[in-house]
Amino acid sequence: MFTVPSLSDLNLAATLPATLLALGASVLLVLDLFVPKGRKALTAWLALAVLGVSLIVALLSLGDVVDLGTGEGAFFGLYIADSFTDAVSVIVLVTAMLGVAVAYNYLERTGMQRGEYYVLLLFSALGAMLMGAAGDLVTVFVALELLSIPLYILSGFRWRDEGSEESALKYFILGAFASGFLVYGIALIYGATGTTAFGGIWAATRDLLAADAATKYVLLLGAGMVLAGLGFKVAAVPFHMWTPDVYQGAPTSVVAYMSVAAKVGGFAALVRVLAWGLPDFVLSGQSAAAWQSTVWLIAALTMILGNVVAVAQNNLKRLLAYSSIAHAGYILIAVAAMGTAGVANEAARAVVIYLMAYAFTNVGAFAVIVAVERDDGGHTDIDNVRGLAKEQPVLAASMAVFMLSLAGVPLTAGFVGKWFVFKAGLAADLVPVTVIGVLTSAISAYYYLRVIWFMYFEEGEGKAQIAWPLAWGISVAAIGTLILGFFPYLLSDMARGIALAFGG
Amino acid sequence: MILNEWVFVGLFFLLGPVLLVVPIALSKWLAPKRPTPIKQDAYECGAEPVGLAWKQFRAEYYIFALVFLVFDVELVFMFPWALAYNKLGLFALFEMVIFVLLLVVALVYTWRKGALEWS
Repeated sequence: MFTVPSLSDLNLAATLPATLLALGASVLLVLDLFVPKGRKALTAWLALAVLGVSLIVALLSLGDVVDLGTGEGAFFGLYIADSFTDAVSVIVLVTAMLGVAVAYNYLERTGMQRGEYYVLLLFSALGAMLMGAAGDLVTVFVALELLSIPLYILSGFRWRDEGSEESALKYFILGAFASGFLVYGIALIYGATGTTAFGGIWAATRDLLAADAATKYVLLLGAGMVLAGLGFKVAAVPFHMWTPDVYQGAPTSVVAYMSVAAKVGGFAALVRVLAWGLPDFVLSGQSAAAWQSTVWLIAALTMILGNVVAVAQNNLKRLLAYSSIAHAGYILIAVAAMGTAGVANEAARAVVIYLMAYAFTNVGAFAVIVAVERDDGGHTDIDNVRGLAKEQPVLAASMAVFMLSLAGVPLTAGFVGKWFVFKAGLAADLVPVTVIGVLTSAISAYYYLRVIWFMYFEEGEGKAQIAWPLAWGISVAAIGTLILGFFPYLLSDMARGIALAFGG
Repeated sequence: MILNEWVFVGLFFLLGPVLLVVPIALSKWLAPKRPTPIKQDAYECGAEPVGLAWKQFRAEYYIFALVFLVFDVELVFMFPWALAYNKLGLFALFEMVIFVLLLVVALVYTWRKGALEWS
């Protein structure tokens, strides 16, 4: 019998950060229509204000120890408000704020200043947040679309430019394809378990395995397809093909934001699905979850391909695209580790820690490219940072910090992230893939240090265009990278309360 | 017998094609055919056809289709909501207000952007 729910059942208060962002984005969409051309700074400021308010609300509840038993569900379990939700929200909102700061001058000088940019950015941030808050596969899907569709449009924001249009179309077609995989996977999981809620899937998996029903293979297939769909979003091999082309063609300010936001969203959903829904999906005769071996294989391939191909890149945007593929690989070590009983929560924390560290560093690195890039979208090769240290010492120093952090040098945020990820890998006895992670990190040092070499030890004009919102964004990213590197406990405190899997 | 319920499905499969083919065949067989150039013309809502149909159409049409869809979907949801309104109470009112407000945002946006003007 269907009972009519009451308003209080929705538990709107628990969804406050997301609700405020949704409301703010919708209002800003209408408000921007009345902001005259040439005054779009107002829209940018309002977008920052919306994100800031949402960030403060998310920060207030961050770090509270809320595990599954006491975590608050809203919208009948479609939305879960727990420590993981808060941590993901904070990462996404920080990224989006940096994204707005990086974008403003760039849009102004390249003639792309339109209010929709900020509105689309807000909506996609909302999608990424909701992926972290999903308590149900249906939420994952809707949130994924909310994250992706604005990103497709943003990739084509420099329209009438062939590169940008190509990148938008490529991203859209492949993205739609990946969404298809995800939905098919969801359908198969629903077919095997009879529910789309993670808690229900977890319980049904136990019954399924206890009864040794043949439908467990349907579940396996479904999990594989969900993995493929989300693997596309985070740019894991073999679903990574779009990354270099899209990153190179899309406006750089968009890439700064989306390279992090799409990854955060994709990994947040992966953690929810695997650590909460399917941690106990252990086939007979195996000691770890059925998906673990697949995930670590993907992790190994992703790290090897990303790092090796990045060595050969001369365009900075392509270089960072392959680097972002490689970083997806490192995070996947922790994702694989979630498949070992007793390590799931530690590994989920490692994923969050890595993403927070990666957010500051990667947005910052792309922000420096934004400064170096010419108005026509050219000038993004590694040759174009020659002599940057002489002309723009602060900018070059920031870039050096970002490169060192991406390489995982101690006293930077990147090192802390890698530390926790590798630690989770070892705790789960995934020694080979962790060793591959360490070795490929060593390879990555070559191409990251090459950028530093070009900036400091090569002669060149070293031109860059910096204005204050961009400078502000780069400074915050650089300072954030260093602070998180000097005080790693900030990161571990943020993730402390995360407990997704039942029984550890 | 469970099978009896499925007999109807089978009947649908059999009758469907028959009902489709019979009227077409009948009219083909019975109707008188006296073609004139005017009768052979393509039908274009009563206006005299201009040019060939194989040409590029204006892309603006899709915006009208999208805006139409907004109202279409809105009403599809509103009819059952209105019928069950007395039983649903405050919750459903709240949900519908949110739903309509979201669509209003979309409408205001398209309106201000001039998408409703034929240029």
